[in-house]
Amino acid sequence: MAKKPPPPAGPPVDPTQTHFVDEAPYDPRRASDERDGGVALPPAAKPWALFWRRFRRHRLAVASAWVLGFFYFLIVPFAEIIAPYAQETRNPDAIHAPPQALHLFHNGEYAGVFTYALRARIDLENFERVYEEDVTRPTRVRVFCLGDPYEFWGLIEMRFHLFCPDEGGTLHLLGTDGLGRDMLSRIIYGTRVSLTIGLIGLAISFVLGVVLGGLAGYFGGLIDNVIERLIELIRSLPELPLWLALAAALPANWPPIFIYFGITLILGLLDWPGLARAVRARVLQLREEEFVLAATLTGASPQRLVRKHMLPNFSSHLIASATLSVPGMILGETALSFLGLGLRAPVVSWGVLLNDAQDLSAIEVYPWLLLPMVPVILVVLAFNFFGDGLRDAADPYR
Amino acid sequence: MLRYVALRIALMVPALLAISVIVFALIELPPGDYLSNEMTELAARGETASLARLQFLRDEFSLDAPLIERYAIWLGVMPGSGGFNGLLQGNWGWSFEYGKPVADVIGDRLGLTIALNFATILFVYAVAFPIGVYSATRQYSWGDYGFTVLGYLGLAVPNFLLGLILLYYANLWFGLSVGGLMAPEFIGQPWSMEKLGSVLAHLIVPTIVIGLSGTAAMIRRLRANLLDELGKPYVAAARARGLSERRLIIKYPLRAALGPFVADVGNLLPSMVSGAVIVSVVLNLPTVGPVLISALRSQDQFLAGFILLFAALLTVVGMLISDLLLAALDPRVRIGQRAVR
Repeated sequence: MAKKPPPPAGPPVDPTQTHFVDEAPYDPRRASDERDGGVALPPAAKPWALFWRRFRRHRLAVASAWVLGFFYFLIVPFAEIIAPYAQETRNPDAIHAPPQALHLFHNGEYAGVFTYALRARIDLENFERVYEEDVTRPTRVRVFCLGDPYEFWGLIEMRFHLFCPDEGGTLHLLGTDGLGRDMLSRIIYGTRVSLTIGLIGLAISFVLGVVLGGLAGYFGGLIDNVIERLIELIRSLPELPLWLALAAALPANWPPIFIYFGITLILGLLDWPGLARAVRARVLQLREEEFVLAATLTGASPQRLVRKHMLPNFSSHLIASATLSVPGMILGETALSFLGLGLRAPVVSWGVLLNDAQDLSAIEVYPWLLLPMVPVILVVLAFNFFGDGLRDAADPYR
Repeated sequence: MLRYVALRIALMVPALLAISVIVFALIELPPGDYLSNEMTELAARGETASLARLQFLRDEFSLDAPLIERYAIWLGVMPGSGGFNGLLQGNWGWSFEYGKPVADVIGDRLGLTIALNFATILFVYAVAFPIGVYSATRQYSWGDYGFTVLGYLGLAVPNFLLGLILLYYANLWFGLSVGGLMAPEFIGQPWSMEKLGSVLAHLIVPTIVIGLSGTAAMIRRLRANLLDELGKPYVAAARARGLSERRLIIKYPLRAALGPFVADVGNLLPSMVSGAVIVSVVLNLPTVGPVLISALRSQDQFLAGFILLFAALLTVVGMLISDLLLAALDPRVRIGQRAVR
């Protein structure tokens, strides 16, 4: 089917007589045009364009992509600006204050977005702090304002916030914790840690999974056997007790950043078997395909075979299953920190925040301490839908 | 069949050995141990009298022996010089934190842990099976959508939080006492019908909480398997012969979809045992979970090691049972071919 060569300038070449190699790159479309008598086919879409077209049809997955994009590209990089308070700002007059409501009308007149000042009273009968709105004192919510000082990305000192409370007023939209710190701000700061931990853990498990799964699938035999047994062993162990044991082994006197990377390593080290198994199965299956045989016969090295001929065939599938393993890691970090064996204060993550909501009395009296579970559920759901959409788009026949 | 069972059980031995190596490595990973920490503390305070007692414990459990020797002693294949002879000899070691043998610390809790996990598996089977069949046979109905949404939520809500919330409402609406596996007045009492009832009532919340994510996964799996089968020509053929829909589904596609369903329970077990640990901590259940956490925190090595081993053993035995069930259902497995997934 190969195209006949254009008449060469040199002595005429008879393709039947000598071993002839066409200099021009092989173009299957032109070749098939010639075979089909010059009928032009519609331009074939690239595999990734097809993938994208199929993905877009999955509405829930697209919506989830937006949600994840909002978290990863707005909140994670700009947490300091979006949060109305700094991470450790304490308001001693608002300990365990309930969420404040936003108002628009004061005394029947439109007064912009404002909150009423909080007035604390100690109830001596029940020994509780009771907070009431002081309806005579509206405090404006400022937008694009200067508020608590912070170091942007730990580098530049700034005071700029998206919105902040009026001078002397308070703005605790989701209430405060037992030290008078603003919950909304802390949830926003926690987003950064909770969401990146899943990605770094995923990177570790991805590399391990692809390398070990690829080795097992490509070489087979003894290597395959050893890796398969290892996968089976790790998959048969209960994850959480192992995580707990590994997390307990992290020295307590390590700085927070080391603990952070320790936890990501722990999450990644136990997560790779699922991915390795998927890679192994695909490589095993592709190894028998004829185009791989052809590439082998033309002398492609094993590395080139895997990278150029096999990997593109299941990379989209791989990305989809990797996406589906992120929520497990986010939940794992939350569980570890909740039990007090993962990240610890002063680091703020959603799990660390939930650690305050450990006993029933806290939930009964201060239900807003449970609010960090809302972003956890939202992000985990979004990852599940997004991953499902990717998988359906990658593999429409399943 | 007998040959398969024997082979399958024989295969467990190397797996358990490998697990014991991993567990031993894990509990040896943190620098120092419970006794050495306490000894430094006592020496700093100048209390030399208690030091002798701790040194006696160190000698009894051969804690100063080389690593490999300690492993052999702990496993019970080599008698220790101090008189400790290890797991295989039925000696689970000593809990330094409680000052009691490990067997005394968690003896009662083992039974309850097994009971809780068993109840959870029953729950998953009993709930996932009818819902999965319903969802597949009435695909895209309101019920199907409802269960799908519920399933996704079950996967996304961290089970410890779900536990806290359910417990709160169980207390508010039904007056169940908070936490524990029985009402406070039954603790320490001999078993009676009332006590059994109280235990069963208290098992409801933890079982639902632990089983929910597993149930959600199983429903999705069974639904997908059954949908695959329902589209096959043999179903159309049976329908054409006038078989009633109910009889048709039970006779053909359901049987084909059942194999993976049974096998998958084995795959879900590790996550269930994990879930039981954390939920037990939150709900303060008398299982091994809360003890494991405190033992890991204080480096109470024999206690932590035994519980880790026990948790792994639970999943390994559970997988054995699910494999044997699968073999009973599917003759191809018995003969040695892999089941077609």
